[in-house]
Amino acid sequence: MNPTPPPAPAWQEAVFKVLKRGGVRQIAYVPDAGHAHAIRSAIADPEIEDIVLTTEEEGVAIACGAWLGGQRAVLLMQSSGVGNCVNMLSLLQAADFPFLMLVTMRGEYAEFNPWQRPMGRATQAALELMGIHVLRADRADEVEEVVGAGLDAAFLAGDRVAVLLGQGLIGRKKWERD
Amino acid sequence: MGRTAPARRASRRGFVARLLAAAPDALVVTGLGSAAYDVFAAGDRDRNFYLWGAMGGAAPVGLGLALAQPGQSVLVITGDGEQLMGIGSLGTIGAKRPRNLTIVVLDNGHFGETGMQRSHTSLGTDLVAVAKGFGIAHAFSTGSIDDCEDIAAGIRARQQTSFVQVFVEADEPPRVLPPRDGPFVKNRFRAALGLKPF
Repeated sequence: MNPTPPPAPAWQEAVFKVLKRGGVRQIAYVPDAGHAHAIRSAIADPEIEDIVLTTEEEGVAIACGAWLGGQRAVLLMQSSGVGNCVNMLSLLQAADFPFLMLVTMRGEYAEFNPWQRPMGRATQAALELMGIHVLRADRADEVEEVVGAGLDAAFLAGDRVAVLLGQGLIGRKKWERD
Repeated sequence: MGRTAPARRASRRGFVARLLAAAPDALVVTGLGSAAYDVFAAGDRDRNFYLWGAMGGAAPVGLGLALAQPGQSVLVITGDGEQLMGIGSLGTIGAKRPRNLTIVVLDNGHFGETGMQRSHTSLGTDLVAVAKGFGIAHAFSTGSIDDCEDIAAGIRARQQTSFVQVFVEADEPPRVLPPRDGPFVKNRFRAALGLKPF
């Protein structure tokens, strides 16, 4: 029923390591293959609440609730989900909440599906329009550093941060099943 | 399969005041609009967090808070329109089922803030059936203020996630406006829990 997953790429392991080391206690997500390791690890970790969402905007509100209660939360999604969050992001500015989201990108590198392109291309601008500071990692060896920088900015300086994880990290999606 | 109109409807102000009086230690998150006014009218508290926007966000704010503070009772008080906009969050809550979370929807069947247009709960949606369908087994409705003490006992007991649809009159009591200064309300709330600034 639960076959052993293939080993996660090192950059995915680095993401979870940074979140765990940074004291994140709630991980809310709409799944993406690029977040598979962090989601699996959150589910397995008794100190971290894993929260699967029906839509990404719920995770913005959950992160604010977690902070009201003294916990750090992070929101994981793919770039199409950023569009689902736009009005809910106003909560972050209106009450000045610290916030960290990690966004795996689609529609920008070797993309097979044209339906991913519009939101993928608009992701960074949409976030910035809503007052979110955007960081980006495109190489596997910089993921740990950039996610760590985003986490520090959010929870040490109270910033609202999105870290975009470039589609090149995930690589070409295999569309035909063997 | 039509729905019949509720036999009784409570006064929203009276219901909220009596419920909060019986659950004085609860951490309260309100939806925007009338629900926020009702909670504020019952007496401002450090343990209240009022939304003035972010429609659909009240229940998921309550979820994040409930997971962070399992030793506290968390009470979301919102309206039918606000809950409908975030209806999927009931599925997210149904998946986690924190024992210390109660959601009270003050259902007047209308969007009160924008001119009393009918909402889905006037047009066929059964919120209790929706909540149960999302996995919140302890879901029920009432139109009686006399149920406040039982509901409050459940809030204080922290034994199960609860969803309460309260049929209220579609009236518009005088507006009493809670603070709109989000950072003030947030920091006051956190201080009440003994949390320090970052």
